[in-house]
Amino acid sequence: MKEVDLVVIGGGPAGMAAAVKAKEKGVQDVLILERENSLGGILNQCIHNGFGLHYFGEELTGLEYAARFIDKVHRMNIPYCLETMVLNIGSDKTVTAVNSTEGVFTIKAKSIILAMGCRERTRGALNIPGTRPSGIYTAGTAQKYVNIYGYMPGKSVVILGSGDIGLIMARRLTLEGAEVKMVCELLPYSSGLTRNIVQCLDDYNIPLKLNHTVVAVHGKERLEGVTVAEVDQNRKPIPETAEFVPCDTLLLSVGLIPENELSRDAGIELDPVTSGPVVDARMETSVEGIFACGNVAHVHDLVDNVSNESELAGESAAEYILGINVPDRSETIVVKAGNGIRYTVPQLIRKQSLSRDTVKIFFRVADVYRNVRLAARCGNNILVERKRIKVTPGEMETLELKSQALREINAGEELVIELRTDGEGH
Amino acid sequence: MPEKRNLICINCPVGCLIEVTLDGDTINSIKGYQCKRGLEYARAECTNPVRTVTSTVRVKDGILPVAPVKTEKPIPKRLIRDCMKEINRCCVQAPVKIGDVIVENLLGTGVNIVATGNVPEAHGKNGS
Repeated sequence: MKEVDLVVIGGGPAGMAAAVKAKEKGVQDVLILERENSLGGILNQCIHNGFGLHYFGEELTGLEYAARFIDKVHRMNIPYCLETMVLNIGSDKTVTAVNSTEGVFTIKAKSIILAMGCRERTRGALNIPGTRPSGIYTAGTAQKYVNIYGYMPGKSVVILGSGDIGLIMARRLTLEGAEVKMVCELLPYSSGLTRNIVQCLDDYNIPLKLNHTVVAVHGKERLEGVTVAEVDQNRKPIPETAEFVPCDTLLLSVGLIPENELSRDAGIELDPVTSGPVVDARMETSVEGIFACGNVAHVHDLVDNVSNESELAGESAAEYILGINVPDRSETIVVKAGNGIRYTVPQLIRKQSLSRDTVKIFFRVADVYRNVRLAARCGNNILVERKRIKVTPGEMETLELKSQALREINAGEELVIELRTDGEGH
Repeated sequence: MPEKRNLICINCPVGCLIEVTLDGDTINSIKGYQCKRGLEYARAECTNPVRTVTSTVRVKDGILPVAPVKTEKPIPKRLIRDCMKEINRCCVQAPVKIGDVIVENLLGTGVNIVATGNVPEAHGKNGS
């Protein structure tokens, strides 16, 4: 059986950043396994700009961002296998994969980094009633058709869901000559970035219909239209508001799901809220020596954050392989999502792994709130508190905690991340 | 005749609703912003709004039929449609390399359209 120090599963932005960092930190033997025919992951179809403002301090398109990391992988001579699909990961850190040149093969790794990314929620996951005509796509599939294969999915379009990919595609299809009739969002707010609402919808006078959803699709061979209705506070459609909108294309931008089939098979504990592995502050999963980063751990809004998180995973894997700063796994602080918080990453902190000066906790709030404070609390002791004029579930929040303060927390105690108000709700 | 325009500031998640009163090209008042960046954004959006345009151009004899491109710098927002017309008129010969200039001095703006990705030449295929 082939032996490799570090196997990185996935050659997108997370996998590349993790592999590069691990090699920089002294791991000689790194191998990236990638399912597609090139490195870059989803960035390969992201021709739009807005990437890299935080990480590189300049605005790049998705492909340009990917190219910088692909160059690093090449410069550091990190080997990778393309068109190679990982079939199974064992808890003993064996990786079974298949490709057309080697067939099925198994690699024994000292450490594994999970960087498989996420996939889109589909119509099946939404249960929209109606017929099964052609013309219904996830926004990401349509993006691939237009940007990589150069053909248009349709001429008149309704988009369900106001996630960033849906907003980006509203502009893209408009520029290519399609009529985008509306973007419907079930919630009273968009989950997309404000920049995208302004530059992708407002610039082209595309209406964003909040509190609206698609209740039926029509058409036998090809989509002929959809029925759109307003929803009440319980997100139930109001029948009197139903309206037929003729269109030949429906795009779904209704959420992303981390791809964790492999993690589950390896016996890795998953967080039911993030749908990703439970990780500690070093991005290590419940299985020692297996790390996770990027959208497989939790869905990010900015690739810049993915790169940073993945470098942390790469560095942690390097330390594990080289036997530096490997913590006793029994002493843990539980990080809990408290009032107004949907989830946190990491979900736990290993007390003996506090070798860095600070620990960053990433989290999302559960609703839109104004004039709140975001706090990290242990018992009655507030470790950090930050004021925010407005927070929304669409934008990931961060609190940075001093390791020195965390060291004083007893193992087994809870660190609660919570939203505090001064009487004024949302 | 003063004209009122409503903008959403894009600088941060707060997304301030800014109301600008304009008299032709002259700004009379800007209201609703909560920080300096909001004021600057509103001023720029009302006097000279610019955008980076990203799209694809057709490629001949490449492993893919299109290559991604962008305007090297943001261009005036009113030129977006004409910019797309220029882009859609283009057809470039593979190989395309990241950074290649596809259109020089787009519509006299002094801004080039450049490739943002690589499309290698297709080998072993009969050029059709």
